[in-house]
Amino acid sequence: MADREFDVVVVGAGPAGLAAARRAAECGRRVAMLDDNPQAGGQIWRGASKEASGWMRPGVEWMAGARVFDAPAPQTLAVETFDGECRVGYGSLILATGARERFLPFPGWTLPNVMGAGGLQALAKSGMPIAGKRVIVAGSGPLLLAVARYLRAHGADVRLIAEQASLSALLRFGMRLIRHPGKLLQTVSLRARRYITSCWPVSAQGHEKLEGVTLRRASGRTWTEACDYLACGFGLIPNVELAALLGCRMSKTGVEVDEHQQTLVPGVYAAGEATGIGGLELSLAEGEIAGYAAGGRHDRAEELFGARASHRRFAAALDQAFALRAELRDLPRPDTFVCRCEDVTMDRLRACSNWREAKPHTRCGMGPCQGRICGGAAEFLFDWQTESVRPPVFPARVRSLL
Amino acid sequence: MPDRVLLTVDGMTVDVPAGAMVSAAVAMAGVSAYRRSVSGEPRGPLCGMGICFECRVTIDGRAHCRSCQVVCQPGMEVRTDG
Repeated sequence: MADREFDVVVVGAGPAGLAAARRAAECGRRVAMLDDNPQAGGQIWRGASKEASGWMRPGVEWMAGARVFDAPAPQTLAVETFDGECRVGYGSLILATGARERFLPFPGWTLPNVMGAGGLQALAKSGMPIAGKRVIVAGSGPLLLAVARYLRAHGADVRLIAEQASLSALLRFGMRLIRHPGKLLQTVSLRARRYITSCWPVSAQGHEKLEGVTLRRASGRTWTEACDYLACGFGLIPNVELAALLGCRMSKTGVEVDEHQQTLVPGVYAAGEATGIGGLELSLAEGEIAGYAAGGRHDRAEELFGARASHRRFAAALDQAFALRAELRDLPRPDTFVCRCEDVTMDRLRACSNWREAKPHTRCGMGPCQGRICGGAAEFLFDWQTESVRPPVFPARVRSLL
Repeated sequence: MPDRVLLTVDGMTVDVPAGAMVSAAVAMAGVSAYRRSVSGEPRGPLCGMGICFECRVTIDGRAHCRSCQVVCQPGMEVRTDG
């Protein structure tokens, strides 16, 4: 039995979730929106942003700090909060679970102060002073630029941005941007002096915490930079664990959906990065479409199909431009940890032929993150399929499971 | 609501802006190793968004709290095992 019942439940309060909740509520539905963070906005609008509050709508039941860990009965979610546990029932469900960064292992990547690019930004937005700190931003994707800009604006000494993609790939991408005038602004900083393309970190050094990073360019030039933080992420991967638990089918990019953002499970929709990495505008469009569709207003949803198609073309171009280079597969040494929860080394994983075999033999992916970090690495390093989900999808207190 | 919040990290008093996360308070206390890994390595926050579990600490006696997802409260007692 559910403790609370709603017509529409939205999981995730980033742009897609906010847009979905708002549109579904405007259709007259009773809507709840859940997120495991204490504030709405997701990652891109983290921390009481004006954008997030602009999309919030009175009448939508906002459940902050609420983590979905199971789907124990049809149309029912088991939700854990800081203080307890409850069951939330739904008529329709909209999954707007967003994305996380892809991390790739290299020697020293487990040192404190080596973080995700978005990870360091999130920590800075959470109140950690960054002024005067020497930061190297590395990895791949447009997020690196946004993060560098944010950190600089807050006084960090951003030494350089190392982008693994080549300049020629980015220029080809730049040409396509002419068809998307709204995106042009983002390319301006591509020309910044310390933005180095075809460049990636090969190791991080330090005793107890990070002290320096060794970088390599495709030309072979290798050098070491002293720094306080390395903000390093290799693009984004969708959060699909809850969708997988509910039996939704996956496409190549994320959760598979139809034109109304409905998954192959009737009444379960997915929107935003969970369906494939596409950025803010695509997430908003998909969220609105899912909200209208779950609210029964398919006519309103269909008015947004054109905008969504344009944003999807942009996303495809982005994906191509920032494709990860093969050299990154050679970064881990035999003794480099790939799974950080269970400290499983590269050579132990190399001895396995797939993810299913690796889990029981090495405990890779069996720790608290349940493969959310090492799974993205294993997909890239070994071409392994890693999506296999069992409840609870997040570690839950024993009391919540009874 | 006050502008600042006082809490302790490993017994040391830290003064953080209201709304700051525990992860930020731990860093402001000068701690970089939030926990030790199963083989004893020092570890700190990686993802900043509740996915990686590397920033977990003990808050008011409750173990395994993800410090990046808990807002600092006055008088909170945070312990790391780093």
